Amino acid sequence: MTQVRTEPRANKLDDYAGLLGSGEIAELRALAARLVGRTIQMVNSTSVGGGVAEMLNRIVPLIEELNLSIRWDVITGGDDFFAITKAFHNALHGGRYDLPDQSFETFLAYSEQNRARLHLNSDFIVIHDPQPAALIESRGNHSGHWVWRCHIDLSQPDLRVWDFLAPFVHRYDAAIFSSPAFARRLPLPQYLFYPSIDPLSDKNREVDPEVIAEILHRFQIDAQRPILTQISRFDRLKDPIGVVRAYQIVKRYFDCQLVLAGGGAADDPEGEAVLAEVREAAGKDADIHILDLPPWSALEINALQRASTIIIQKSLREGFGLTVTEGLWKKKPVVAAAVGGIPAQVIHKHTGLLAHSIEGTAYQIRFLLSNPGIAQRLGELGHEHVREHFLITSNVRRYLTLFLHFQKEN
Amino acid sequence: MKANEPFQFVTASYLVRIGNQESASLLELQRGIEGCSDASIFYHTFQSLGRHHFLTEGFSNDFAEWVFSACNRPALAEQLASLDIRDYVSLAALRGDLHRIVGDFCQANPRDAQQTAFESFYFCETVEEEVPLGFEAWTLEAFGDRLKRLGHASMQFHFITSRLRLHLRSNDFSQWLAKELGLKELGRRVDQIDVYTNTLDSVRTKMIELIERELSR
Repeated sequence: MTQVRTEPRANKLDDYAGLLGSGEIAELRALAARLVGRTIQMVNSTSVGGGVAEMLNRIVPLIEELNLSIRWDVITGGDDFFAITKAFHNALHGGRYDLPDQSFETFLAYSEQNRARLHLNSDFIVIHDPQPAALIESRGNHSGHWVWRCHIDLSQPDLRVWDFLAPFVHRYDAAIFSSPAFARRLPLPQYLFYPSIDPLSDKNREVDPEVIAEILHRFQIDAQRPILTQISRFDRLKDPIGVVRAYQIVKRYFDCQLVLAGGGAADDPEGEAVLAEVREAAGKDADIHILDLPPWSALEINALQRASTIIIQKSLREGFGLTVTEGLWKKKPVVAAAVGGIPAQVIHKHTGLLAHSIEGTAYQIRFLLSNPGIAQRLGELGHEHVREHFLITSNVRRYLTLFLHFQKEN
Repeated sequence: MKANEPFQFVTASYLVRIGNQESASLLELQRGIEGCSDASIFYHTFQSLGRHHFLTEGFSNDFAEWVFSACNRPALAEQLASLDIRDYVSLAALRGDLHRIVGDFCQANPRDAQQTAFESFYFCETVEEEVPLGFEAWTLEAFGDRLKRLGHASMQFHFITSRLRLHLRSNDFSQWLAKELGLKELGRRVDQIDVYTNTLDSVRTKMIELIERELSR
């Protein structure tokens, strides 16, 4: 077990007051004041890479700044352990689980090792995702409150894996999901915590127009004509070919460009195949820009989103869809598929437009290009929606409220 | 003028508890409304208005929104949206009206009532934690000053959800202005501010304007 030391933050809690208002920050402090003296512990499987680590890297320092005692621990394991947990992850998302029964014993053996190293003695212990879920065995007579934060969609899991994990999950005091659609019927209270973005991170902060212009120039994108953008991995579930088809319909009516930007092709054989298929679908259209970006492209993604006329997320299946959140935060009109966590963000005709097909996506894009005033209004309301519900400060507030709720129950 | 009792500013922080109940059709929605908890009715109506306060064009409650976007039944959605939560001081009465409106539609349109929606409606409920903000106002001037710095959750607590707590067609602010400062007309004008066509920020701005006008008299 390794305790993670988060990097010193450039942004302090009060830096968010400019975006949220000082009243919101004062309310966070009032909530935290009721928890002074209590200890909080977050446990997950990695300190770098992935959305959970990124989120904890930002939430933990903010909670510390509220004068609460919080520690973040990471479990350890060999390659065999992480191969099993990767297979668990895919199986819980609905894929097949092909590993032998022995894999469950290996999982438990590593869990036992982590339990031996770990000091799980805080008042509030939040275990993130399935990898450390069996740490609940350490609960014993400890009076702390245990919460399982599940970041993945559990609605259609492979039952072999779920039946193995469920007895551990049932021993927690509560579970947290990112959408009601991702939850299961469980014999414990389940809470809804939306994922969140940090408005002051490189991916979401304001960017100088000159920087945006330079990045567009670098990718040979014309700033003078409408830009339709989908940011996502080159993954069939993100339906990049469907996006190209929708763009091709729109192109009959509007002189526009399409940007498909994402990563994952370099180290993923399937991503490489999808990228090739997208290039083939794009043909020789010079207005389709397919950008396979490295993982350190936060500023480029930010600039591409800010330069866009419309943000698209035409996924066939989706987690929460934080790229939608990012687009909405930048006041962009969003046309997105009604899957996963997207309808929670895109309230049809209020904060964006939902579509259910390639043709529907194309129609909504045409509608927005024809009605820039409506597009602007949707973008502004989308920004407000994110400000109210999907920023990191909202996430901090939800955790504090949950801990207060436990404290009151005591 | 000093009040007999100070106004105590409170914030409420809300957890959303996911229920084990979902509806995939209007008929199932009707059953869901009948059987869900009061906390669930509260979440999808009173809380929904607060959560979406920035939408001032046609958004009313989660039921109406789902009927519109997932069931494509605009007329029924309009009926559900027309329920004004300010008319209700009990969740039982609100539940009764929601159930009646959906029930009437299902009875008149039995085939439509069983049609599967684009996406399910998930019943959730609110868990509320009240926390005093640690400041109070004894005068109208101090009250106005504090109001300027109040967060949305606190505004929602005092202005919207207070009706259920008070069991009155009024709100905490109006009650205090009338009872403790004797400013009945100001309290009435504050209560008249339309939460459906204003954001919480614009409610606050209008309240501050009314208070400043009163102070300058």
